[in-house]
Formats: sequence, structure tokens, C-alpha cells
Amino acid sequence: MSTLPTSAKAVIIGAGIVGNSLAYHLARLGWRDLVQVDKGPLPNPGGSTGHASNFIFPVDHTKEMTELTHESMRQYKEMGVFTECGGIEVARTPERMQELQRRMSSAKSFGIDDTEIITPERVKELVPFIDETVILGGFYTPSVGVVDSLRAGTIMRERAQELDALTVSANTEVLGIDVEDGQVVRVRTNQGDIETNVVVIACGCWSPKIAKMAGASIPLTPAVHQMKDIGPVPRFADAKGDIEYPIVRDMDTNMYERQHGTGLEVGSYAHRPILHRVDEIPSNAEAALSPTEFPFTQDDFDLQDEHALELMPEIVGDESVGQKYAINGILSLTPDGMPILGETPEVKGLWSCSAVWIKEGPGTGKSVAEWMVLGESAIDLHSSDIARFHEHHKTDEHINSRTSEGFNKTYGIVHPAEQWSSNRNVRLSPYYEREKALGATFFETVGWERPFWYESNAPLLAKFGDAVMPRTAEWESRWWSPIINAEHLQMRETAGLVDLTAFAIFDILGPSALDVVQGTAVRQMDVAIGKVVYTPVLSPSGGYKSDLTIMRLAHDHFRVVTGGAHGMADKKWFTDQLPADGSAQITDLTSAYTTVGLWGPKSREILASVTEADLSNEGFGFSTCRVIEIGPLRALASRISYVGDLGWELYLPIEQGARLWDILSEAGKPHGMVPVGIGVYGTTGRLEKGYRAYGAELETEYNVVEAGMQTKKVKDADFIGKAAHLVHREQEPAVVMCTLTVDDHTSSTGEKRYMLGREPILTLNGNPIVDSHGRRSYVTSAGSAPSLGKHVLMSYLPPEHTAVGTQLLVEYLGERYPCTVGSNNTAGLFDPTNTRIMA
Amino acid sequence: MEILVCIKRVPLVGSTFVLTDDSSEIDTRRIGFTLSPHEECAVEAAVQLRDAHGGSVTLLTLGTAETEEQLREQLAIGADRAIIALTDGTEPDPQATAAALLEAIRADGAQFDLVLLGSESADVAGYQTGIRLAHALGLPVVTGVKGLTITDGVARCERAVGSEREVYTTSLPAVITVKDGLNIPRYPSVPGRIKARKKVITTHEVTLSEPRIAKQRLTVPAATTKGTKVLEANEQGAAALVDVFREIGLLA
Repeated sequence: MSTLPTSAKAVIIGAGIVGNSLAYHLARLGWRDLVQVDKGPLPNPGGSTGHASNFIFPVDHTKEMTELTHESMRQYKEMGVFTECGGIEVARTPERMQELQRRMSSAKSFGIDDTEIITPERVKELVPFIDETVILGGFYTPSVGVVDSLRAGTIMRERAQELDALTVSANTEVLGIDVEDGQVVRVRTNQGDIETNVVVIACGCWSPKIAKMAGASIPLTPAVHQMKDIGPVPRFADAKGDIEYPIVRDMDTNMYERQHGTGLEVGSYAHRPILHRVDEIPSNAEAALSPTEFPFTQDDFDLQDEHALELMPEIVGDESVGQKYAINGILSLTPDGMPILGETPEVKGLWSCSAVWIKEGPGTGKSVAEWMVLGESAIDLHSSDIARFHEHHKTDEHINSRTSEGFNKTYGIVHPAEQWSSNRNVRLSPYYEREKALGATFFETVGWERPFWYESNAPLLAKFGDAVMPRTAEWESRWWSPIINAEHLQMRETAGLVDLTAFAIFDILGPSALDVVQGTAVRQMDVAIGKVVYTPVLSPSGGYKSDLTIMRLAHDHFRVVTGGAHGMADKKWFTDQLPADGSAQITDLTSAYTTVGLWGPKSREILASVTEADLSNEGFGFSTCRVIEIGPLRALASRISYVGDLGWELYLPIEQGARLWDILSEAGKPHGMVPVGIGVYGTTGRLEKGYRAYGAELETEYNVVEAGMQTKKVKDADFIGKAAHLVHREQEPAVVMCTLTVDDHTSSTGEKRYMLGREPILTLNGNPIVDSHGRRSYVTSAGSAPSLGKHVLMSYLPPEHTAVGTQLLVEYLGERYPCTVGSNNTAGLFDPTNTRIMA
Repeated sequence: MEILVCIKRVPLVGSTFVLTDDSSEIDTRRIGFTLSPHEECAVEAAVQLRDAHGGSVTLLTLGTAETEEQLREQLAIGADRAIIALTDGTEPDPQATAAALLEAIRADGAQFDLVLLGSESADVAGYQTGIRLAHALGLPVVTGVKGLTITDGVARCERAVGSEREVYTTSLPAVITVKDGLNIPRYPSVPGRIKARKKVITTHEVTLSEPRIAKQRLTVPAATTKGTKVLEANEQGAAALVDVFREIGLLA
């Protein structure tokens, strides 16, 4: 007696916290004929939601995650399933105390105001069963709470059903997903088939298996999080509710302890990474508990028992308190620690809403539902976009090595520039061996090994002396070198050669190519052949979807160049705009072309010495490109700059890159040219010029006018986000992107400290700055501006704070430093009239 | 009082289980292991008796080195030491099991006043090992015990028969096999676990005699719908209720 509909507007696979909130929000946004299936029973189908610890700490160093969590808390409270109990992250080491100060900064930057750093004695008052002598202090968040995620799921399903929008079918196993011509058409289940053009995979740790049925990839792995419940605890004998004491996160041991009724739950991210394959998860019937509650492996918890005993001896050391329940709970881990959301690049209509934990569940469900129904979400999800993955990211080796490395950093002190140590050397530029020989320090971007600075340039430190702005504090010297600033100064004096192979490059070709780029880019694309256009790409509501460069190579041929990190998402965005009739096609040339940048006052002389091409302003104007001969090579030269100096980007087939490198290195030597790392390209050169970067300054939560990137006129042709953009141009912007300089770096200990980004900007009396949309002012990017001898911060500021010379404060690791607005437009601080670029 | 408790590592199955491709074993690749509930009660009883009468509790199991997982769990409950009668993992028949346990006991050399076992293992359920071991040791045996007290060297054993109890007494040393319900086993505490890590587990390699009972293959039984029966609110329901009352002695 199958009650399963034979067709649906959308099929949601999974009835955990994610599937349930998706069902509700899709219904709320007006979708009908939704079908939700799960192979398990309701209300607990046996996934990770069923055994979740269910507590929520609102503060995270990622803005996206903080916003998703904040929105989730709002929904849990509205549903009446949230119990506020407070939470304390305790520190056992001085390094952790500094990290807790950094937590305070993130809290302020992202608008969580109720946090404070407290003493061990205060921790003891709040958590009387803790041994306060083993800790140095705590980061207290009174708004931390515990939710009933199963009840929340039931409420959301019922709300969707009350709207007559949803059919729920439990005990219904998906056997296949049919795809025709790249479009999802059908879900096959053991209760019958459902015709549909939209499928959402919200299956947690099973998601990769379900995606594979349709030929798509969701790169996550089931992994173990160990937890145990001990009790009954005499102190909790009279407990009235689920929780009455703050949750304690013992950060330095990667553990947490929370009261749970009459028991104490102890959880850990400290044990060795234990990954499983999806096919190792038993069925509901096979499992002794639930499929995702694996048998506890005590050996892996032995050390954690001792750590718990140290912190809470009164309870954990009580021989009458027994271990009632212990599991190796299965949760989903991704290679970069972020969820996997959005339409899969492989299959139209197939969406992922996976690797989402309880704390961000309903906010994520709402955001993805908005994305599906409205084309974008209020919260910018670019760090969670499934389209972010490159091919090598989808391999088992990458997933397993990075999730293993990341697991023990769950509560870790992770530096903002911290590099992965596993699975390196996957994508090597043609210059790699030469760079290695020059002593390059490589950072990784989407698999590419990119030099951040070169040891070969160390002699420049003596040349420039204190102008390299040396740092003494360990934290901001980590993943940094003064050589970056020396390379910067040398480039400004002579020239620098930059490896830009990590660029994502794709060509759009065909009779409709112009229509595609015109409809996607804000700037005029119907330009002369050989023109290079730097343009915003907008979401439907006029927020930043990307910023990138498009070269017109022929009447029907455009080349899009964008950052490697966001390249695959940009490619999907353009692919989605291609006409159905095939009259324009997209080709990914990332691995076909290499790019080097040559910039600096001597760059024209250097390049002229190896080419016959006319490089004069008349012969090769700014924002143009053409093919030039360099010795035996033909390279596409593009005269643009992201570092604020005269120069060219040179594109050529990847196998010829090494020869070009050698030719330019040789030619540059007499002029004092040096190889320059991404430390200059991505930070110092960029920040001096006030250039915005996608993901830092530019994201969908800010529009073109706020970013200060509007042009005098808007083109006649239509483009995505145009209507919204026109409205934004008529409005007074709520914020304006500004560049600030730090006036005094001296901390209370006398040491000079340098901000790294994401710190809150405060008024002189120490108040957070909030714009009319409720957005906080915080540092979007920070770094040295060696040519100015200043440390530079970028931040969106409301109009009353944007006048040049306005004095403000920046809070860094618990102390406040004076800073001054230096620029409130795109001219930047260094060479605001662009005489160097136009030289 | 020196007490030996024999325990067995068995698969922890859910409401159904999967067999290996050749149907010779339960496929344990996706499931864990445990003890039978009877044996948990046996260890609990042993620890209580030790606490009351002094002496020590020794655990004995037959199997591979992986059995350490179950031994450490029961050492955490309060047993004092453990012995593994080490095999290559072959499933022995009840005669071989009893013989191997005997070999390990002899090799260990300790004298036990009381040997406790579960009345039957949770997986094979042969109901034989305790009896065969008692015979081999030349000791009296009481099986299926759900109540146990020891006074002045005499064990008073209760067996459940329907809703009634049979009571047996035996002098010690003796072998007693117990059933779930004998007591409520405690959960291991964290200090118990930490202590258990330092307790000694000795290993004796044993040889298994040729099996006289050969396992042909396993089959998964058809799903049965046992469990709660809802009586309807009518005459049949009332009659069924009266039957239950009679059975448990509420009505004569």
C-alpha cells in the first residue's frame, strides 16, 4: 500500500535536521508537491541527528558559519526547543588564552555581544564541579544552549504538512536517481518511482553514496566522534531538566563535558581520526543501536578519560558513577571543514545539503531553500558551495588525508594562514622546480603550490632594513616573512616576476558568447577585440557573486580569468548562463595555460629586451591584450595590474612556461628584477592600492556601490542583478569600503602587534560599529603596506565614519589600537592617481 | 574466596544480522562485539562476592587477542585479573571449549572456590560448556541460576521455573552457570577503566581438540513479530488477562 506520489516538484532525501528544515523552508517559500523520503523510521531515522550532542556555541572564526549558526538558534528558539544554559571554553595554556581573546574578536566582528573572558574562580562559580586549578581562564558565552533536534525536525515536517506542501515517506529507501541529458528526472525507491526535476540530498554521511547514483560527487567521509554518558551523578540527582549548568569545552584537550539530566556527557575530538567508508555503515536492522552509533572503542578514549578526570574529578573520579552509554558516533567530515551545499556541477537539478551539523542545521536549510527558490540566499554561502571543489578534491585520498588532518583541529588554535601538511604537491606550475631552487616557501591554493616568498630574496632584508616592517610577536610572524615586504619594495623599485599559474581560466566561444558574458558581467562586454575588462559579477539581488577579468579575443571568443580558489564556482555560474541551443560553449583551460605576471617600473624595459612588440602606451595601452612573440614563444600579453605597477600578465601553453621563466629571469637580472611571491601579489601590493578581493571584501552581502566599484554609467544591456544594481545606485550606501592605517602598534607589554584580519573596528569610545542593515564593521583584509611604512586594514564603514582622517579603534587579541581612515574610495593609499600603472 | 568467571566475546547484533558469503559466520565487519548478558551478571556476582568475602576475581576467555576488549571492560567492573586461552579464532565445539578452558585453568595453576559461567553463550547457545567444565574439574554444578548467596562455604542457588523458584544448595568448590536477571550489572566507572588498564592479562596458548560437532552453515531466521501484544478491550482480552493473572499467581 504505497502512498508515495508518482511525481513531485522536489524530492528531499533524508529526514534528519537538514532534510526536515529544507522541507519546511521550501514549503514556506511557496513550493508545493514536495516529497521527503528516508530509509529509516521517524522521528529518528538513524542518522547523525539522532545521536547528536545538540549543543550550540554561537561564535566561530568563520563569518558564514557564525551567521548560519545565529539564524539556526533563532529558529530553534522560535520552535521552543532551545534551552539556554551558557557555555565556557576553558584554557589550560597561555596560547589558548590568546586564542580565547581571538574568539572575543570574532564574536564582536560578527555581532555576538554577550561574551566575556572570565577567571578560573568565576568558572568555578558557574561550574562548581570543575577543578579550576587546571585552567587559566575561560571564554564565557551565556547564550550557548542545547536544542531538541528531533523535536525540531518533527515540528518543521508538520509545518510543511500543514501548508499541504509535503508528503513524508519513512522506511523508503532510494535505489537510484535517473538523469537524462544532464538533468535529474526521477528518484527510484523501494516504494515506487517519483518523477521530479529537483532532488536534494540531505543524507549526512550517506550523501556520497546517494550522489554517486546520479553520477555526482559529494566529497565527505563518515568519521567517528566519540562520546560517553556517565551517571547517575549524585550532584545532578535532583536535576529538573535536560541541562542546568554551562557546557564546558576543554579546548586544549579537544573535549567537552556537559550535564545531561542526571548524567554527564563527555565528548572528544582528540582521539585518532577514525574514518569509515559509507558501505561500512550498517542498516537500521543490523545495527545494535542506530546505524550511526558504532560500537565504542575504549582504547581510543583512554587518554580522554584521564583528561576528563583532571578537569572534573568530583564527577568523573566518583567510582559510583558508571558509564551508561558510549558510542563511536558517526558524523560527516569534509576536506576543508565546511558544509557541502548547492546544486551539483555534474547534474542539473541535483542539490546537496550535506555535512551540516545540528548547530547550523535550520539556518542552512533556510539558506539552501532560498537558493533553490529565489536563486540566492540571504547568507552568503560561497565557502560551502559544492561548486568550490576541483577534481582532485573529490578523490578518496584527498578527502581522507585532509579530514584526518582537520579532525584534531576541531577545537584547535588554527592560524588564519595555516597550511595543510597532507596531500601536497598535487598541482605544480611549470616553474615549480625553479622556484624550489630559489628557496620558495609554498602555500597551497586548491592544490596548486604557490610561492609566498623566496629565500633567495633574503639579502634584500639588509638593503631595506626596518622598511620591511619586521614583526616580533610569534602569532603574526607565523606563516609570514619580512622577505615578503622586501620583495615588495624591490618590485616597486625595479620589477618582480610572479607565478600566477593558479588562475582559473575558461573560454566562452560561439555565436552567443557575447550574449553570455554580457548577461553575466556588470561592465560593458561589447568591446573591441583585444580589450581586457575587469568586472563585478552579481547575484540576482545585486550582491557580489564574483569579480574577474574577461578578455575579448575575437568577435565570438571571450576568455575569463579568475582566482583559483573560487574558479570552479565561477565556471558553474557561467555554465548556468549558457543557452540551451548550444550556440555558446565553455571550455576550461586552467590546466592548458600558465600565467606569469611581470610588474614594476622596469617591466617595460625588461619585456622590450626580449620582444619586438611595441610596448609603448600608444602601442600597448592599459586594459588591452594581444599575442606577442618572446623569443621562440608566443604569449598572450595582458596589460593590467593587481599590484599597482606597470606591467603585463603573460599567458602561454603550460609546457612552454619554464622557457618563458628562464627568458624573463635572464632579461630581468641586469635590472634588479626578483621573483616575487603571492605574499606581495595577494596582500601587500593589493592593499596599498586598496584593491578588493573576492571572499574578503567582496561577497553577496555587499553590493557594488558599497564596495565603491560603481562606474559612471550602467550599460544598456541586461545582466544578472541589474535591476537591484540600479536601485543601489540611487540609494545612499549603508557602508563604504575604506582603507585604514594603524597609528600605533604598541601593546600593553610594549611589543608591536600587527592585525591579521577579521578584527572588529570600534568607535573611539569602544563601541562596535553597526550599519543600518545590522552589519558589523570588521577588518576584511589586513597586511603591510611597505611603500607607505604602514600596516593597512580594509573595512566597510557606515557613512558617518568614512571621512578621511576619522579616528577609530581596532581590537586585536584583547587590546585596542588607534587607526585612521586613509581612503574611502578605490584610489587607495599608494599612487592614488595610478601614474605608475599608466607609466 | 577465589572466583573464576568464564566469558565469551560474541557479535553485537541488532534486530537482524548478515552472514558471510559462505554462510559460515555472522558478518561482523560492520558490527561490534560484546558479552552475553548472562556473563555480565556472572562478573557482577563475582565482584559482589569478592567484596563480601574477600579473595579475588579472575576472568577467563577463549579466543584471539581481540578478546582483550571484553576482558578490559569487565576488569573495569572490578575483576582483578584475566586469562586468555589463546586460539586462532576457530569456533570450537562445546567439548573442545571445556577442554581448552580446563587446560588454561591447569596452566594458570590457581585454585578456584567458585567457577561462574553464563548458562549459555549468546551466539551458539549450546548450554553445555559449564556442565562439561564441571565434569572435567570433578566439581558439582548448578545451572540456570537466577539467585545466588554464599554462606559458610555453601552456595544457595535459585532457578526460575515459570513464576516459581527452585532452590539448590551445593558446597564449594562448585561450578555455577547463571542467567540474566541474577542481578543488575553495574556500569564501569572512569576510575575503574583507568585501573583496568594496569591489570594483568596473561595468555596461555591452548590446542583445540578436533570438533565432534561440525557446523554446516548458518541461516538467518525469518523475522518474528514477538514483543508487546496489545490485548483488545473485549471478552477475549479479559480472558487473556485472567490467564496471565493465573500464571503469575495473582489468581488461584
